[in-house]
Amino acid sequence: MEQILQVFISGILSGGIYALASVGLALIFGVVGLVNFAHGEYLMLAMYIAYWIFNIVGLDPYQSLLINLVVMAAIGYITFKVIMERVLDSDHSIQMLLTLALSMVLQNLALMFFKADYRNIRIDMTNDIMNIGFITLNTPRVLAFIIAIGASVLLYLFLQKTFTGAAMRAISQNGKAAQLMGINIKSIYCLAFVIGTTLVGLAGLLISPIYPAFPTVGASFSTLAFIVVVLGGLSSVPGAIIGGLFIGVIESFAGYFAGPAYQQAAYFLLFILVLIFKPNGLFGRS
Amino acid sequence: MLKLSNVNSFYGEVQVLKDLSLQINQGEIVTLIGANAAGKSTMLSCISRTVKSFTGEITFEDHRIDGLRPDQVVDHGLIQVPEGRLLFPKLTVRENLELGAYSKRSRNNRKERLEYVYGLLPKMKERSNQMAGSLSGGEAQMCAIGRGLMADPKLLMLDEPSLGLAPIIVLEIMELIKNIRKEGMTILLVEQNVRQSLKLADRAYVIENGRILMEGNGKELLDSNEVKKAYLGI
Ligand SMILES: Nc1ncnc2c1ncn2[C@@H]1O[C@H](COP(=O)(O)OP(=O)(O)O)[C@@H](O)[C@H]1O
Ligand SMILES: [Mg+2]
Repeated sequence: MEQILQVFISGILSGGIYALASVGLALIFGVVGLVNFAHGEYLMLAMYIAYWIFNIVGLDPYQSLLINLVVMAAIGYITFKVIMERVLDSDHSIQMLLTLALSMVLQNLALMFFKADYRNIRIDMTNDIMNIGFITLNTPRVLAFIIAIGASVLLYLFLQKTFTGAAMRAISQNGKAAQLMGINIKSIYCLAFVIGTTLVGLAGLLISPIYPAFPTVGASFSTLAFIVVVLGGLSSVPGAIIGGLFIGVIESFAGYFAGPAYQQAAYFLLFILVLIFKPNGLFGRS
Repeated sequence: MLKLSNVNSFYGEVQVLKDLSLQINQGEIVTLIGANAAGKSTMLSCISRTVKSFTGEITFEDHRIDGLRPDQVVDHGLIQVPEGRLLFPKLTVRENLELGAYSKRSRNNRKERLEYVYGLLPKMKERSNQMAGSLSGGEAQMCAIGRGLMADPKLLMLDEPSLGLAPIIVLEIMELIKNIRKEGMTILLVEQNVRQSLKLADRAYVIENGRILMEGNGKELLDSNEVKKAYLGI
């Protein structure tokens, strides 16, 4: 029983990160209508930024959090202005090819500049543990979970409670009507894109003390985020949060009962089952 | 106040508006009538700049607006209530209304505008926390008009507000338009409901296949043989 609880909580902790890595994808899809295959690459970039700041300046990922987020926002802004803005009115297939190409370019640039080495950030806290009752938890994972869920919930509140958030929801429901309200939809698209890339960057930063950076680290998170977002009902932020937690728990139990090799297989299987039986997502309505 | 000069518009190769010119003066209610697919909505889209490809000149209060973005047109106070309402179904009635005041001309007066709209449309106040998607057709149209009014329009363009509504509800909507009109609003009313809308109009245009066919005051057109034949089936 205690084991099971430990496995469950471990899954929830990973799930928080998966949620944060996915909410941005859901937001960008919902508001901008863009399927961003390069989503995970922003996580990779943030991990490298954390790594280099740690090695050159000596600030650990938590100390460099603000700088990292600002840089990620800037990178998101530049990608939107230079690349995405040009294909807003294009076919979905063109947009997908473009983001796929962007993901390959970013991966290969990382390979060229940073090599294929695994880059670990070892800080004092990396192996810290804390005990809550009989449960043992790794401190950076707990911290990552708290910040990740906090940021995801903040995004949700932003969408629900602010005027700009309402404009984002409006655009996702009817872009033409939104324009007739006087909403400059391009600037809202840009904002949504920047928020999305910054949040997945935050996810990268949060795992950087416990997970190595390497050029294709983003790809596995992209896949995961896509599964989470589909489970959550595509453009739903709360759906992505719950979907992320769900995948974390599934993965954790699959690892415990069937072995680590089956973790990915488990959520792919789940993904396929959901696509067959509930194509609108686990939490989506038809 | 609003002037279109020789507007031509295209969807791909297909020309929808052909050399269309029209004018609306301050304080008037002007009706544009025409059959389905005549180009009425396209004309409004050209004015609101949600249609990109067209030639010709559109001026509003002596400003050229044909080069502007849709949100900039709204900033000028030129507000469209689109055909089919186009509410945001998963937002509440109140959120829908508030978004009507998104542009900088009314953003800071959101509260006052909302009070005004609730005063004019008490039903919307009752429904304020309901999802807009759950409104009946007539209520949805009221919500759409209310949302337009939230922007504090100088010119309100209504695209077929009576579309798909039961006759008794149509009368209610026409009454509402009359009331808005009484407060001095300039209105461009696009309709297929010819009899009702011509009664309301100071002036009217008839559009056919993207061209203006006739122009006159409401009564004149109601009495004209062409309109009687083509639209009233007499
Ligand atoms: N987005 C569009 N793409 C292509 N053709 C369109 C589009 N919108 C309207 N049309 C065509 O333009 C013509 C005029 O349409 P519209 O302006 O909606 O007419 P109305 O509002 O008078 O019914 C119609 O033949 C219609 O099929
Ligand atoms: Mg129409």
